[in-house]
Amino acid sequence: MNPSSDTSVDRFTTGERWIHRSLSTLVLVLIGTGALLFIPDLGSLVGNRQIVRVVHEVSGWLIPVVLVLMLLSKALRADASRLNRFRPSDWEWLRSSDRRSGRIRVGKFNAGQKLNAAWTLGSLLVLLGTGAIMFFSSAFPDFIRTGATFVHDWLSLAVVVVVIGHVWMAYNDASARAGMRTGSVPLSWAEREHADWADEVRPR
Amino acid sequence: MTDDIKTGSPVGRRVVLGMLGLGAAGVAAGTWLSRGVSDVVANTAPGLASVIPAAGGFRIYTVTSGYPEVTAADYRLEVSGLVDNPMSLSLADLAALPQTQMTKDFQCVTGWRVDDVPWSGVMLRDLLNEAGVASDCEALTFTSFDGAYTESLTLEQAMQEDVLVATTMFGQPLEVKHGAPVRLYVVPMYGYKSIKWLSGIEAVRSVEPGYWEVRGYDIDAWVGQSNGRSDEPVV
Repeated sequence: MNPSSDTSVDRFTTGERWIHRSLSTLVLVLIGTGALLFIPDLGSLVGNRQIVRVVHEVSGWLIPVVLVLMLLSKALRADASRLNRFRPSDWEWLRSSDRRSGRIRVGKFNAGQKLNAAWTLGSLLVLLGTGAIMFFSSAFPDFIRTGATFVHDWLSLAVVVVVIGHVWMAYNDASARAGMRTGSVPLSWAEREHADWADEVRPR
Repeated sequence: MTDDIKTGSPVGRRVVLGMLGLGAAGVAAGTWLSRGVSDVVANTAPGLASVIPAAGGFRIYTVTSGYPEVTAADYRLEVSGLVDNPMSLSLADLAALPQTQMTKDFQCVTGWRVDDVPWSGVMLRDLLNEAGVASDCEALTFTSFDGAYTESLTLEQAMQEDVLVATTMFGQPLEVKHGAPVRLYVVPMYGYKSIKWLSGIEAVRSVEPGYWEVRGYDIDAWVGQSNGRSDEPVV
């Protein structure tokens, strides 16, 4: 019951990591092409609006493909159940000023990660829906088209802010990054950041 | 895992469903909300609209790489085709023609509108009268020195009072992104008719569909009566 400090434990499966890679690539392409379509001073640098638009549309339609792939991964479905559920200590963790101290024990995912997952899925679905309205715009009355554009524009700005935050958190935590890159994390990291999960996965 | 599942409430699902609900409400109310946002931005941070078009302002579309540019000295507007006097007009030549000013809205077919834009330039009708349109001319083909964009108008449409060969916006010479030094401004039609970086006007026998028109947009692009839209008329 006292494994050495460099023991590593599995965190994400190969399937999960490939889904994360696919989704992050698509989202980055969507943010890039969206920025070109949306910000005049940026769009002018590359022009070719028709091509940029098609790349944005094709990438957007690949999002539901990835969402379906996610359902096929058993490990991801299990992680989604964990992300979905807030236990009472999660609220306490969010409110606490010492949430990194380990005083409040955290499961495989902390409350911030849970909220980020829900936000990501919710925003993807809303952006997909409003994007689809713009794609099939002739099927909708003007006020719906304008409304969809409004939601798509402002929500995507918020998504960019959250993506920057997500990348910033990863940038500051090499072990968390290794978890998504290689699939495993040091047990010592798990004990510090995800104590209850470490108890589950600690080699016996 | 077990304790998350057993003791937890499904907050994630509630967040996702809540966002879907808010998204749908935003779509339903977005037309009014975006007007409100534009008004607030215009009154508090007018510069924002040029950086983030969602805050209300022109969205800049180009169909080629970057913006085409030409020096004022090199610029020429060629008026050719079925005309008695083909012309090659410099900016000075255009400035010497009678100038027309108007303050009108700009309505894009994708839904955005910029209210009360001051424009000035030469009325297309004045230019065509100068060139002398031949009797077998029924339409005009406009070309841009971006090398790709084209537009069209019937002669009847072109001879209305509200079609401007514009050289200024907001009291300043046109900015490059708005089509400097010369663009068309077709008041009663969607913005794609108002070709930027205008370099050629050719009088022809029949309408040749323009860049977006061969890509599915209506040739007669009346605001509120084409492209399946019902926007308020431009005033």
